[in-house]
Amino acid sequence: MRTRIRHGVPRRGTDLGSEADRATFRTLHTASLASPALREGLTVASAGRSIKHLRALLGAPAVALTDTSAALGWDGEGEHHAGVCGALAEPVVRHGTTRRGEAALLSCDVLACPVDEVVVAPLVVDERVVGTLQAFTTRTTAGLARATDEVARWVSGQLELAELDASRRRLMEAEVRAMRAQISPHFIYNSLGAIASFVRTDPDRARELLLEFADFTRYSFRRHGDFTTLAEELRSVERYLLLEQARFGDRLQVTLNVAPEVLGVAVPFLCVQPLVENAVRHGLEAAEGVGHIRIVAHDRGTEALIEVEDDGVGEDPERVRRALAGDADLDSVGLGNVDARLRTTFGDDFGLVVETAPGAGTRVLVRVPKFAPGVSA
Amino acid sequence: MSLDVVPGVVAVVLVTAVTLAIGTYRQRFSRTTSDFFVASRTVRPGLNASAIGGEYLSGASFLGIAGLLLVFGADMLWYPVGFTAGYLVLLVLVAAPLRRSGAYTLPDFAEARLGSRGVRAACSVLVVAVGWLYLLPQFEGAGLTLAAAVGAPRWVGAVVVGVVVVVGVGSGGMRAITFVQAFQYWLKLTALLVPLAVLIVVWVGEGAPGPVAATDTAQWSLPLAAGGGAGLYATYSLIVATFLGTMGLPHVAVRFYTNPDGGAARRTTLVVLVLLGVFYLLPPAYAFLGRVYGESLAAAGRSDVMVLELPRLVLPGVGGELLTALVTAGAFAAFLSTSSGLAVAVAGVLGQDVTGRLPLLGSRTRLDGVPAFRLGAVIAVTVPLGVSLLVPDLGVARSVGLAFAMAASTFCPLLVLGIWWRGLTAPGAVAGLVAGGLGCGGAIVTTFSPARLSGWAGVLLEQPAAWSVPLAVVVMVGVSLATRDRVPPHAGRFLARLHTPESVRT
Repeated sequence: MRTRIRHGVPRRGTDLGSEADRATFRTLHTASLASPALREGLTVASAGRSIKHLRALLGAPAVALTDTSAALGWDGEGEHHAGVCGALAEPVVRHGTTRRGEAALLSCDVLACPVDEVVVAPLVVDERVVGTLQAFTTRTTAGLARATDEVARWVSGQLELAELDASRRRLMEAEVRAMRAQISPHFIYNSLGAIASFVRTDPDRARELLLEFADFTRYSFRRHGDFTTLAEELRSVERYLLLEQARFGDRLQVTLNVAPEVLGVAVPFLCVQPLVENAVRHGLEAAEGVGHIRIVAHDRGTEALIEVEDDGVGEDPERVRRALAGDADLDSVGLGNVDARLRTTFGDDFGLVVETAPGAGTRVLVRVPKFAPGVSA
Repeated sequence: MSLDVVPGVVAVVLVTAVTLAIGTYRQRFSRTTSDFFVASRTVRPGLNASAIGGEYLSGASFLGIAGLLLVFGADMLWYPVGFTAGYLVLLVLVAAPLRRSGAYTLPDFAEARLGSRGVRAACSVLVVAVGWLYLLPQFEGAGLTLAAAVGAPRWVGAVVVGVVVVVGVGSGGMRAITFVQAFQYWLKLTALLVPLAVLIVVWVGEGAPGPVAATDTAQWSLPLAAGGGAGLYATYSLIVATFLGTMGLPHVAVRFYTNPDGGAARRTTLVVLVLLGVFYLLPPAYAFLGRVYGESLAAAGRSDVMVLELPRLVLPGVGGELLTALVTAGAFAAFLSTSSGLAVAVAGVLGQDVTGRLPLLGSRTRLDGVPAFRLGAVIAVTVPLGVSLLVPDLGVARSVGLAFAMAASTFCPLLVLGIWWRGLTAPGAVAGLVAGGLGCGGAIVTTFSPARLSGWAGVLLEQPAAWSVPLAVVVMVGVSLATRDRVPPHAGRFLARLHTPESVRT
């Protein structure tokens, strides 16, 4: 009996809490409105979208966000002062502490201009000042100074998360690049060995296999584009299996059953092939006798469902769970990576599902929506 | 059950069984040698075009058009012309860019183009509205067909089609859906062509008699002989609805996803034009023979079943019964294929945007994927089935015409402007969809309500497309211009992708 494994995602609850906490909730809600923009990093666009929420948090007549040298965004009255934001930021960037700005910089002729004094707080990411949060008012109070300091800390936290997101994305891209470059040396060696064995006995087949090998490597080393069509991906899988069959002969039996309707679906580059490689390894290399691999693509209305199944030695469910959770020490090479990329592309509902048990073979299910915003081959 | 209904029953059972059999037949490819086939298995334009034709040629085309022609004469030729020409507009303006957009459904396209969940929601509502409006006449026609062929009560046919569709769609059993639909097209063509050939031979054998009531034949065959200005308006309105409505039919849009690329989408559409052109030659021929042999049917208000009855009237006896059985089989195929196509499209939207979001009773998990789709399929079929049982006699072809009008008033402006105009904004699209949808929808509701208006107001409401389509376009353009700062930042890039031929891509 196989166990069905999915990387677990906790569901969010909807309990609301008591009336007394409403002020806190309002503040938290305002903060949550500003958060998505800030999670993209500190840019003019993100400053523009988050700053009015930051002003709501501070309750100041005007608020500005700057990088280390100039204003990125201004909300509230007295926008003619935006030009001096850079000068106000300069001492804070140098010292890294919250302080009152030079009031002399803010003198102006505009009647009833509420911008007379300013509190400037640093935004710190990785112990480096990347910008400032500036709260303008007629008269600064200790309360405003404190609030500005705290909000700046919170914004810094969001910016650090943004940095984290970015580095996670870079890591994932690096992994894909590595996967492209990392066709297993064993595979290359074995394929070339198998082809060599045909050179005398069946030169035509040897030539065909060499061409397949060339096409296979060209696809796998491809540099451009994060997505490809399912047809392209399956074509590469076919080439891979062809080369493996040259080596294993009749020991490797492959069943392919693809609904033509889903061949045009856009999928992350190299999202099926690592699963097939795993299947070949588990279904054949580790087991005696004939190994069957079954690759099926179903048309499920708004989704495509891809199954990769082998009847080999199977796997300990606990190990698969750890592989899906990202434990890189395990030898299920692509599993965790494919799972992570599917989730980042299509959302947590679209992670890999693995059904396996020792001695019972393995089946991996991939669900791909036919359409997802921003995804095209 | 008397003996002469046996061929009809057998025909209906056979069609249903064959449909389900092809649908559930899994092609199994077990290969251990070197010839693989993914590349060769993309759906070819010819096959896909047959499938589109199979899904598209509904009961309205199969039965309704001949009936309308029989009663109202040459004006009604605009129905078959429009149903075909809609694909010409689709070919020129929409087919390839829609495929290149990567969208599966019309709401997908709206979301990809405008980056707005609001527009997506509006489109989802409209897909359900158009789908249900189009399903109504399918169920009604199925009831009429079984009543005429085997003398069953009217509700039987509707319920049979409903159940078969829910089982076929909901069980996920339609694995080879493209083959099923392609088969249905050729079945429908055969089921009209063979009896027609026999009938024409008989007609020629009898010395090619003319229509019985020779007096009004001139009027029957003359376009716009009656009706004056209102007739002219109604004709233009029909032309607008059918020419522009085809692209907005939800089940047509999803079939284009099966094409491998934009070029294939164009070639497919071209073949569809040929296939439909051939098919739509047949109903007018039936209508003419109906004038000769079946005048009584028109008088009795049974023109919708004229195609079914004609073989019996011309050829009494076993031959006529067999031909009627063949036509019945074709008609039933028409109801099944169009209904399941629509049910899949509507269930997909319901599954994604409605049933997939409802929390299950007493638990915090949501339905996802297949269960949501199944529940969606049940709802998608039950609602129009119920309405068609409660409100019979809507007129098969006319209800279809209204579904086209609805699609033309909403999705046509969205698609055409979305593909060809950079300046479209999300607020503009929503405003246009609401204006077109409410305008056309209001007209439809008043048409279906018992208290019909007479005179020009009645004509305007009965054929709303000629004013509701321009209204939607004007509102969409106007509001988009007013909200110019909301043009999506990726609009230029997206349009470039829609219009770049695959051959020049990297």
